[in-house]
Amino acid sequence: MNSNIKNSLVFVVFLLLQIFIFNKINLFGYLNPYPYLFFILLYPVNNNKSVLLISSFTLGIILDMFANSGGIHALASVVLAYFRPNLFKFAFGVSYEYNTVKFADKISPERITLLLLTIFIHHFILFFFEFFRVDLIVTIILRTLLNTLITFLFSILILYLIKPNKK
Amino acid sequence: MQHILSLIIKNSYKMLFLLLLGISLYLAIKSHSYHRSEYVNSANAVTGAVYSKINDVEEYLNLKEKNRDLASENALLKELLFNKRDTLLTSKTVFKKDLNNYKVVVAKVVNNSFNKRENYITINAGIRSGIKQDMGVVNEKGIVGLVEKTAANFSTIQSVLNIKSKINAKIKNSEHFGSLIWDGKNVGFVQLVDVPRLATLKKGDSIVTGGNSDIFPENIPVGKIDKIFIDKKTNYYTINVRLFNDMTAIGYVYIIENKRKKEKEQLELQTSTKK
Repeated sequence: MNSNIKNSLVFVVFLLLQIFIFNKINLFGYLNPYPYLFFILLYPVNNNKSVLLISSFTLGIILDMFANSGGIHALASVVLAYFRPNLFKFAFGVSYEYNTVKFADKISPERITLLLLTIFIHHFILFFFEFFRVDLIVTIILRTLLNTLITFLFSILILYLIKPNKK
Repeated sequence: MQHILSLIIKNSYKMLFLLLLGISLYLAIKSHSYHRSEYVNSANAVTGAVYSKINDVEEYLNLKEKNRDLASENALLKELLFNKRDTLLTSKTVFKKDLNNYKVVVAKVVNNSFNKRENYITINAGIRSGIKQDMGVVNEKGIVGLVEKTAANFSTIQSVLNIKSKINAKIKNSEHFGSLIWDGKNVGFVQLVDVPRLATLKKGDSIVTGGNSDIFPENIPVGKIDKIFIDKKTNYYTINVRLFNDMTAIGYVYIIENKRKKEKEQLELQTSTKK
């Protein structure tokens, strides 16, 4: 399949999943997983980077509209999209660009590291700008850690579902 | 010139990042000011329509509960009607103007958030139904919030569960009033602050909206006193109020328009500028 069409499809699917299902979970009254950041991770390594930046921003701002949250999702997504190469390098070593790593290949320790790190950074930015008060930093970190765990669990589930079958 | 141009082209990716970062930072920080971003809210046609569709499905899940609530409210209204029948004719001349003071519009909640510090509710009525900014919103159990942004067919409401919310409220059957705020912690409780120490109050007393507000009529139920603290710095009471409303399950709401609001505001403005 043409990779542009595929990426657009991933974009739409994660957007709809987030709005229709994941925003409605409200675990313990306040925990919502945000697996939409998968779109940023799944974007092919060799494709146009600017397109990734713009589409991450768009994804974030649409979610912000639905959640009435100003621009926090857009902010977290743009930062994540920009630093994605650094995160990949950190998790897979310098050679990731030559091997054309596919994120959804199989679940290995490197991928777990990448996933946890990505989710943590994204959630920290999200909650920091949602609360936006330095004296609540403990609450922010607590909320970030709890939510990271929830998003991580859902992400593993999704990874199992989208893993290509090679049997 | 050519040098600058080539520099821009070389760094276009970085510039794009900085531009998008700037926009989102601006929007994220601006959303914490009193009145929110003009464009990024759920009162527009697209998000409103999507939320209506989701709500159409979700509505079936609590039909029973909503029916029961409506029936009990009907019973209450009937009771009022039956009890007033004799006096209605004679009191018409006295009450007519008073009754015309407030106009009520009914709307359905299509999206409700309660897991953040700044919570908003989206309803399916907007400018076309006569909704304007800063109108009061209540339901059969008590207050819900204030109208924040309006579009043609949808509006967003700043819920009482919003740390920016500040509503005038008082202890029932007394004239001691304070400000109703939310500390962002528990969805079942709000706080009444700045109540003078002179006020006599005890646990279980009802809190209702005060007469100082231009937005809500007086005596709309808010909640019951749960705990009373004394603020050591200011020597005022801070009261934890258990809401009558379950803010996590709100179906239909009533939007109240105070027809005299403009008149009152104008008068107050004239008085204060003359000083």
